[in-house]
Amino acid sequence: MMTRVYSPSPTTILRHAALLMTAALILAPFVWMVSLSIKPPGEIFRASFSFWPEQFYGVENYTRAVTQAPLLRYMLNGVIVCASILALQIAVCAPAAYALAKLEFPGRNLLFALVLIALLLPHEVLALPLFILGAKVGILNTYAALIFPYVVSPFGIFLFRQFFKTIPDDVVHAARLDGYSELGIVWKIMIPMALPAIIAFGIFSVVSHWNSLFWPLIAVRDQALMPPPLGIMAFKNEEAGNDYGPLMAASTLVVAPLVIAFLSAQRWFLEGMAGNAVK
Amino acid sequence: MSLPNRKREARGRGASPASANGRSTRLSDMIAAWTLAGPALFLLIVLFFLPVLAVFVIALTDWQFGASTLSFVGLANFEEVFADRGFRASLFNTVAYVAIVVPGTIVLGLAVALLIESGKSFRAFYRAIHFLPYMATLTAMAIAWEALLHPTIGLVNQTLAGLGLPTANWLRDESTVLPVLAAIGIWQNLGFAMVLFLAGLKSIPQDLYHAAEVDGADLWLDRLRTVTLPMLGPVFMFVFIVVALKAFETFDTVQVLTQGGPGHASEMLLFTLYRESFQYLRTGYGASVAVVFLIIVVALTLIQARVMDKRVHYQ
Repeated sequence: MMTRVYSPSPTTILRHAALLMTAALILAPFVWMVSLSIKPPGEIFRASFSFWPEQFYGVENYTRAVTQAPLLRYMLNGVIVCASILALQIAVCAPAAYALAKLEFPGRNLLFALVLIALLLPHEVLALPLFILGAKVGILNTYAALIFPYVVSPFGIFLFRQFFKTIPDDVVHAARLDGYSELGIVWKIMIPMALPAIIAFGIFSVVSHWNSLFWPLIAVRDQALMPPPLGIMAFKNEEAGNDYGPLMAASTLVVAPLVIAFLSAQRWFLEGMAGNAVK
Repeated sequence: MSLPNRKREARGRGASPASANGRSTRLSDMIAAWTLAGPALFLLIVLFFLPVLAVFVIALTDWQFGASTLSFVGLANFEEVFADRGFRASLFNTVAYVAIVVPGTIVLGLAVALLIESGKSFRAFYRAIHFLPYMATLTAMAIAWEALLHPTIGLVNQTLAGLGLPTANWLRDESTVLPVLAAIGIWQNLGFAMVLFLAGLKSIPQDLYHAAEVDGADLWLDRLRTVTLPMLGPVFMFVFIVVALKAFETFDTVQVLTQGGPGHASEMLLFTLYRESFQYLRTGYGASVAVVFLIIVVALTLIQARVMDKRVHYQ
């Protein structure tokens, strides 16, 4: 510890004062968003500092958010897309990571070098050719368009390989003697043993794709296919930003799932999102 | 800091000589290995390497969406891009934005991390609050920021007016729009820097603080200067690069809040890339912007890799 005084000293009080101030600034947009989402239009435009409305209008705003725009549809799309991406990423990356970590074969170092190079490439640079590819295959404006660029994750391969390497070779030998196939070893031995890495990667993957706007903006036009960020942007543009109450209610609903998940599983989220650092 | 370590390990030798009782060179094993790694290799090629090549090819040709022919035009697209005032503004804005966001995020992230570490109570609580913006959906939060910054009914102007300070139309004024977007960028990334600094602070051996005290570094500021900051050196570089990369890749706030305006005042590289490629369908131009963007990002990442390699000697 840097402070060696443990009674409530001026330093302690100063620490809390400073942190409460920065915390208040950090939380301001969240608080303002929720506050506007429960206010009637009259109070929103009367401009007051109060968080709680004189007339509670939350029910009306949230009802309009889910009826005026297909907000629940957007969120369902988000779930479908994130779940498909994650499942495919694990299915593709785990076997490759196992081969890189535990098998010797010609081309292994080259394959690993390719993974590291792919890790360097920002996805936005690839958007134009991937858009052309999607058009040629004829899958633009479908769920497949939202999913296909992400089915292989260089970061996933890299992370799983690092974790698989820490599992003793004896475990693999024993499994072979027990008659497991190589793929059986991946699914029945490696993945259960690497569960912390899988969960951390899962959080990273779901958070990134739930939040992402760039590729969905390019890949789909149909409202029924939009994931939450794109949907809420469309809602904002339609409403021309005038109907603040329902718009803030919709924003709150889009942000809520991840915030709630984060607050209930902080440690996992910090690990998973700090994983972003490697990318 | 386990993550940079992982990366470093990866740069060392390849996989350990793991494998199977000496039968590893057998053909059946090779087939098994490539059956496992094949799908990933195929997808890496189709979804990463061919697209990157394609971006370079498109940037060097006059190809347009849907055209059946193309001819090489050399660097003509790049000449057009760099002659374009809009693009130069976009590049300049992006660099200016990064130059505000990176130091702002590092200084505030470090300050919050030091404050949290300097006491024992409510650590998890403060950490959680400051990290919240990093994982909240930025598109939705941008809409909340727009309400906060609203010229008449927004909390920011109300507060300023209440204090008798001048107000502004933050997102519609050429002189304020970029700093305001940068403030949102700092708000979003600060918690991420904080988490990395917290990990770095934890890994500083307590002995060093005791030693510093014996050597007469009694004041907190002395210990900060002689122990904490030097020991955080590698973390600094790491946070610097990672936050710089994130800042270069800013898109959502520009798209939702300003569309690059007013004028070109808040136009940034990814927004230019998106608009030219997918709204104006200027394929060659868009691909050239993508190449410029790629070069910047790869250069930053290679610096990071070099620094991470140096860390081995440092420790």
